[in-house]
Order: sequence, then structure tokens, then C-alpha cells
Amino acid sequence: MYPNDRKYSKEHEWAKQDINESLLVGITDYAQEHLGDIVYLDLPNVGSMLSKMQKLGEIESVKSVSDIFSPVSGEVIEINNIALDSPELVNADPHNSGWLVRIIVSNASEFDELLTADEYQSFLDSLGS
Amino acid sequence: MTPETRHSPYVPNTETDRDQIIKRLGVSSTDELFQDIPKEHYLPKLNLNEPLSELEITRELQRLSMLNDTPDTMPCFLGGGAYRHFIPSIVKHVINRAEFATAYTPYQPEVSQGTLQTIYEFQSLICQLFEMDIANSGMYDGATAIAEAALMACRITKKDRIAVLNTISPAYTSVIRTYVEPQGLEIYSVDPSDIKLDERTACILVQHPNFYGYLEDLKNIAKIAHENGTLLVTSTDPIFLGMFNAPGKYGADIVVAEGQPLGVPLSYGGPYVGLFTCKSEFVRQMPGRIVGKTTDTKQREGYVLTLQTREQHIRRERATSNICTSEALIGTAVVAYIGSMGRVGIRHVAEMAYHKAHYAASMISQIPGYSLPFGGTFFKEFVVSCPVSPEKLNDYFLENGLIGGIDVSDRVKDGLLIAVTEMNTKEEIDRLVSLMTECRSSK
Amino acid sequence: MNIEYNERRTLAQRSLKGKIGTTLPKLDVPAQDMPDAEDIRTDLFLPEVSEGEVVRYMTSISQMNFSIDTNYYPLGSCTMKYNPKVNEEMANLPGFANIHPRQPKSTVQGALELAYNLQVILAEIVGMSGCSLSTMAGAQGELAGMLMIRAYHVSRGDYKRKYVLIPDSAHGTNPASAAMCGYEVVTIPSDTAGNMDIDALRTACNEETVGLMLTLPNTLGLFDNNILEICKLVHDCGGLVYGDGANMNAMLGRTKLGDLGFDVMHFNLHKTFSTPHGGGGPGSGPVCARDILVPFLPSPVIRRDTDEELDSYSLDEPDTSIGKTSAFHGNFGMLVRAYTYINLLGANGLLEVSENAVLNANYILANLKDYYNLPYDRVCMHEVVFSAKNQKQQSVSALDIAKRLIDYGIHPPTMYFPLIVEEALMIEPTETESKETIDKFIQVMQIIAQEVLDDPLLLKNAPHSTPNTRLDEAKAARNPDLRWHLSS
Repeated sequence: MYPNDRKYSKEHEWAKQDINESLLVGITDYAQEHLGDIVYLDLPNVGSMLSKMQKLGEIESVKSVSDIFSPVSGEVIEINNIALDSPELVNADPHNSGWLVRIIVSNASEFDELLTADEYQSFLDSLGS
Repeated sequence: MTPETRHSPYVPNTETDRDQIIKRLGVSSTDELFQDIPKEHYLPKLNLNEPLSELEITRELQRLSMLNDTPDTMPCFLGGGAYRHFIPSIVKHVINRAEFATAYTPYQPEVSQGTLQTIYEFQSLICQLFEMDIANSGMYDGATAIAEAALMACRITKKDRIAVLNTISPAYTSVIRTYVEPQGLEIYSVDPSDIKLDERTACILVQHPNFYGYLEDLKNIAKIAHENGTLLVTSTDPIFLGMFNAPGKYGADIVVAEGQPLGVPLSYGGPYVGLFTCKSEFVRQMPGRIVGKTTDTKQREGYVLTLQTREQHIRRERATSNICTSEALIGTAVVAYIGSMGRVGIRHVAEMAYHKAHYAASMISQIPGYSLPFGGTFFKEFVVSCPVSPEKLNDYFLENGLIGGIDVSDRVKDGLLIAVTEMNTKEEIDRLVSLMTECRSSK
Repeated sequence: MNIEYNERRTLAQRSLKGKIGTTLPKLDVPAQDMPDAEDIRTDLFLPEVSEGEVVRYMTSISQMNFSIDTNYYPLGSCTMKYNPKVNEEMANLPGFANIHPRQPKSTVQGALELAYNLQVILAEIVGMSGCSLSTMAGAQGELAGMLMIRAYHVSRGDYKRKYVLIPDSAHGTNPASAAMCGYEVVTIPSDTAGNMDIDALRTACNEETVGLMLTLPNTLGLFDNNILEICKLVHDCGGLVYGDGANMNAMLGRTKLGDLGFDVMHFNLHKTFSTPHGGGGPGSGPVCARDILVPFLPSPVIRRDTDEELDSYSLDEPDTSIGKTSAFHGNFGMLVRAYTYINLLGANGLLEVSENAVLNANYILANLKDYYNLPYDRVCMHEVVFSAKNQKQQSVSALDIAKRLIDYGIHPPTMYFPLIVEEALMIEPTETESKETIDKFIQVMQIIAQEVLDDPLLLKNAPHSTPNTRLDEAKAARNPDLRWHLSS
């Protein structure tokens, strides 16, 4: 169900290794569905340094605000400007064109600590709905 | 225990209804429903009157109301943040519509289009008047509006100091202090003749026209502020904007005002409405409710509360403000006022107030012993330096059936702040002048 | 010819140069010198509409509203009760409506006497020592009350307190107000009986506790069984207890918050004391406090001095006060309404209010518990919280049920609050609804429960009968259109 080409966190983010040893980060399909229609993204500035589990931004739907947490430590080198202008992209395609930030990882082992697709699926099953 | 005595007209349940309900609930009396209340604290003695009929309470309230003198019976020259302006009869008529007055907050848009569309009009009209991009649906009053503007500027700039021009209303300064100091923010006072701002200053608060009625040099202040990375927050007077350039024209970032002059009765200080506008780039930091236009499932236009994630019911401790209930019906009065006064009416009111105030100032300045200590342009209020204390002067006015001005001798020696609006007739102004002429020596 | 006449055109769309809506007299003083041309505004663009057009416009759009005078509102935690019309008559008496807030006190003794009496009455109702009327809404009352607690701790040199304890069921204004005081929030969970988890509270109370903010009855409509112990625990660690008075309708005459251990609280005059809701205000949120906090009440407070049996009233701004919360003295117009209302009721009338409010809510509970999940099966106070979680199994949400009620002419109940109940529907009938109305409401809710099974689309597409069907809130948030523009 969830793609094997990346890893996941219990905060419903995914992290995928991409070009030039960067990591793309976004939210999972479960997250976008539970948020409802996304209306606004608050993303960090390019150049921001983040540590694992630090709040990197916020996603707003009509009736809720959710924090997004960085699954790894590193530097933000790019943010998805298209998604900033059209937040509905994150609902439509959360795993691909709805990515949020691109990070250069500072501690490679943190990526290994994340959940596999199967582990994430089991985690979701344990949540119930 | 069932209260004996007379049954209230506002409680439809009869004895029979109550008995039927009690039976359905399977309890022996209503007291059983209150069993969670600790016994020793249940049904305490309540030292209140017997119920009164509408007739009796009307007599008592009329008695109390007649102990008050009003500007209808005694000419009045008080200003200082609340003004006696003309209120066209349409205003009361509109806000007394049950569907406006007794409606709930418009969280369910399908049954609140009247309220929502009215607020959209309110936002639009205030933006047009203030020459600003966006407005919210109103704050409690002008004082809390400027206080929340200061907090907003600190959030936007992430700075923690607030410069306050020393010519703003002392009451506003007091409320600002109440709001900003608990959050660890610092206020410092600045004189218009020498504005120095530091790099930690989030905003400078300016009242224009100021508390004493005079225009500030907004163009210059805006320049100084923006060069310093400081936001310009201005509190203005809505009638003033009928005649003079709006602060938006000078690049003010947040513009607020007390909305009472726009069709709201004086009502001993409230309810009023705080007008709040800002540049569109700051919308997510603006407090208060905002209404937006959208479409429904049949593509018809309609209105909803929007950008609600700024507010307390969603963001809780991270909200832009704790404000919930504000002053919606007063906002409705403002819409009726501006709607009927229109471009021509508001300009006319402003000019009448201007000319009458300047006539009064001109006449007063010719009385030996009286002078106008401030130079510059004023609108509908001005300060007079008097040959006797303002206290004596105001007592003399009262003895002679007139309510005078505000004592500002803490700022200007024997200073009296006088406001004149379109409601003051030439006879009233001439009477004020002759009483001031009579009261020139200390008695 | 096919003309579509749109009654919802805005003032901007109705504007036509040359129309006027009011007239004013000619200037009766000699014209004075005008200011500098560069200061004069040349770009004032406001609509020009005739009086009759404004009246027709605003009257027509008002008819798209529900209101208490036209519809039943079972809105939990709002106390949407009937607003007696005599309140309006009294507030509109010229001697109240037309007085300037800065008038010398000798000219406003009637207003000050009324306000003073109201201070005394409100303090008496909750068993406290003092009251301030200057806060203009419940949220502002909360802010003032927490600032008073802060001032108290500071006055005792106690600077280490920084955490405010707030239940997970609290209204959003509670944590928002605590944050505005510079405090951090610690959330206390509720237990399965709908009471505060007393063990969690005990653990949370320490020397860094500012105090507890509590609504009683709570937002589940339940009277906490452990209230005395709750107050004691907070006091024992040196904190104070703040009471959110939003639910006072259940408590009138039944118990005094001061007796139970509360130190400071606020009233919502636009809830408990029948001042009209106005579409979102004006309200009024007076604060009452026990003796140790009275010196810190927001300014001004009305003072009475007696000199040779003659009472005189004045505005007092004590040095110890937390300061002003309004430019003047609060929403006086709402104070007149509440004062009128409380005098009409008297002590017995207040008891009649709480009795019938609680009876009506329990009657609804008893008649709907077999149709909607009842998370807390115990006697409720003036409001009852149901969960639509069973209906959610049929993919019908609390929102859908709420919207369907509109088709029956009933305003939706409060939904999705408190946050701790899934698909929450909070129902508060108040004492001003007749048994016929409540029976009808019960019947409608039962019909809707059946509609969920028979024809869920009817609910998911509701309401069908209103000027607008469901509106696109996502679009409104993504592409905000917050005003019209007029540039000529």
C-alpha cells in the first residue's frame, strides 16, 4: 500500500532519498486524508537548520492546524513553491508532487531509524481507524 | 424544591410540564438532579429582591435614568475617544431587526448569511474609509484594537519593544500596558519632536489625529519607522477620514480606530466597536473573525467565516488572540450608518465638525486669558490653555447648565480639551464662549 | 426580456453617483480656513445609496438568518435563551443611551448606581467579595481573572509560577487567555465518568502552578463530583482557582462558586443573563473575586460613599488594579440589560431558570440516549453531550446531522466540542423553550436517526432549504476574497 522506495515516521511524514544525496520529505496519504482540504502551508526558509523531531512547519486545513516534524537532522535546501501556491496538491498527490522540503542530511543513521513501509502500515493498523 | 411565587413569563414550562418531565426522568423532584452538588453548599441563601414585574422594573430604571444629565438637555463638549455625532434613524431600525439582534455567531453559514454578508460589507466599507487592504469584523473597542495591533506587530517582526508616541490617549496607553506587559514586551514613550527607535522595536504607535485633536506628521514618522525595520501602527478617527488623508496613504502597516462615531450611541462608554485593518501580507497574524466570499454546491455566491485557524477555537494557546464574542451588532450599525450617510454624508459631517470646532477655537482664542498652546492642524478637538483651573471652569459650566471639556492639565498648564461636532449648534458654542469669558478669574 | 434581480447585490453594486441616504443642516457658523490642500482627502470612495435602498437591502439579507426570535437554538455552551424586550427598552432610555463616558460624576449618578448595584448582585450570586464590570466579553474576563492571579503571586514575591492547569475539555479561550498572560498550559485529562482525572491533577500541582481554569458544570454538561477536592489540591500547592462562568445557567441559586473554593470567575452576560447575541456580540464579561483578589480587579470599579445617609457613586482606579481593559468602563449598555433581567427574576426567578434548564436538558438526554451514543450516562446539568460515532459507521458525521436539522428549522447544536468526545453534538435547550418545542426537537432528532439508515445522502447534502447550500470553505481559505473594491 505504502511505497517501498522511502521510509516513514510515526508523525506521518515520509522521507525519500533523492538526487545529490538529498532527502525529500512530505506527509503521508493517511495524514492528508485526516487533515481534509489543505488550505495553507507554513514551510521553513531555505537554509534553515533542523534537528530530528524539531517542528519544521505547519499544515492548515479549514478547521485544524497540524505541526510537521522533521524526520531527520539537516539543512533545508529547497522547498516546494508549487505546493505553497496550491496547497491542494498535497491532498491530491502527497507522495510525489506534493513533497514539502528537500533536506541535506547531517546524520545518516537517523534515516535508518525511520520505519519501513510495512512497519508504518502496522503502525496505522494499530491506530484503529 | 419548586420556587413558589409567580411564574416567569420567560419560562414556558407549566407545573404540568414540569411534572411530566420529572415523571419521565423517574426522579421524585428536581433536587435529585442536583445531587452532584455537595450537600452543604446546595441552595445557599441568596440575598436578592423578590421578582419584579415589567411595570415595576420600568419605573425603577426610569428613575435611575432620570438621575443622569444627557447632552440632549445640556450642551456638551466632551471628546477624548467618544463623540456625540448624528445617528440617522435608519441605524436603530436596522439593528433592531430580530434576525440581526438575536442571531448567534455565524459559525453555521447556511443559516447566517444575513450576518455574514453584513460583516463582509463592514470589512469592505472600513477598508475603503481607511485605504487599507483588509479588515476584520471588529474588536471590542479602539483601546483593545490598538493593544492587539501592538501584539500583532511583535508577532510579525519577532521583536519585543513597542514605541508609543506620548500624544496618544492615556486610556489607550493603560490598556496597551495591560495587554503587552504580561507577555514580556516593553513599552517606551517617544516625543513627536524627537523620534528615536532601536533595532528591537516592533512598532511605533501613533494616534492621528492625536488625543489632543491634532494631526501628527505621519509621512515623516512612516519614513523613520520603515527605515528602522519598525511597523507603523496608527489609531485614527473614522469621521476625520471623511475629510483628511487616511493613514494607509502614508504606508501605515496596521490602522485601527474607535468605531463609535459611526452611528453608535454614547451609552456611557459601551458597547462600541474596535476597527482593525492591515496590509494584506499580514492577514494570517490579524486577530478577530474574518468573513470571506465563496460559492456553494450550486455555484451560488455566499459568505463564510474564513482563515479560522488564526483563532482561539482552533489554535488555542497559539491563537493570534483569545477574542471570541466581539461587537457584531455594533458593526451592523456601522454598516447602516456608512450605507446611508455615504460618501457625501460622511464628508459633510467631517466638514461641519471641522468648521464648528475651528469657529469655537477662533472665538475662544480671542478671549483675554485664553490661548491655544498647540500649533498645527486640528480636526474636531483642540486644547485651550485657561486662566483658571479646568476644574473650576467645568464646575462653572455645570452650574450654568453646560458640560465642558476634559481636564488635560497634566499635559498643558490649565489645559482643557474641547470637542465640537456637527451636533453642537452655534448657540451652544456661543454660550460656551460667553461662559468662558465670564469665568476668567479665580473665585 | 429576462432580468435577474439579485437581492444580494452589495452596497458597492447598488451605488450610483448622486444618490443620498441622509441630509444634514447647512453650516450655522462662518466657514473657517480649510487645512493645507495636501492633507485634504480627494479619494474617498464610499457607496452612494438612498435610505430606502439600504433599508430594503439590509432587511432582506437579515431574513436569511436564523435567530432566537425566529428559531430554536439547542446550542451547547452558548445559552441561547430568549431575550426579554424590556431589556432593550431600558437600555435605550435616553438617560442611559446618550450619556458620555467622561461626564462629571454628578451628572451620571443614576448610571453609577445601577452599575454599583449590579456589582453587588453578581458578587452575591457567586458568593464573592468584589466585582468589576469593565471587561467586554467572556474571553476578556478570563484574561483579567488570570492577570489578577498573576498579580497576586507577584505581590507575594512568588515569581516561579508559570504553568496554568486546564482540562482537556476546556473552551479554546481558556488556553488562549492563559498564553496572553505569558503562561504555559498543562492539560489535565478527564476520566471515564466525565470528571477531571483527580490523580492527574494531584500530580500536576506543584510550586510552579499558577492555578487551575475550570468551567462548572464542565463542557460535558457535568458537575464534577470532586469539585471540593479539586479546589483544595490547587490551593494546597499555592495556586488559585479560576472559574469560567459560561455554564452558570445551571448554577443560578443552586450553589455559589465562592463556597466551593473558586477564587475568581467571570460571567457571560450574553449567555446567562439574556443580553442578545447580536450575531457575535456585543457581550460583557464581568469578573467577580474573593477578598484576596479584589485589590487587583480591572479598572474602574464603581465605588459607593455614604455621607450623612446620602449615597454617592464614583469610578475608582486603585493602584493595585491590573489596569484598564477598556477605554472607558465596559459595555454599559449590556449592564443595563442584565440588571433589568436579574431584577425581573429575583432570587426565585434564578432558581426557576436553573431548575428548568436542567430539567429540559435531562429530558432530552432520556429521550435521545437510545438513538445517539451517550458518552457519559449520568445526570447532566443544563446541557447534554452526545456522540454521533454510531452514525459515523454509516459514514454520516455529526456535521451532517447538524446540517440536516436546519431543514427542520432548528439551528444546529454545538458540534465537535468538547474535543474529547468523538463526533460531539452538544445540546443546551435552556429554560426559555417550551415543552412543545423540545418534544418537537426530540422527534426530529429521532427522525434524523432513522434517515441516517434509510437515506444518508439526504443528510450529506443538507441543508436543502436555505439560501445557500454547503459553502466551499477550502476555497475561501485558499483564495481569500475579504472585501469588495470601489475606486470611483
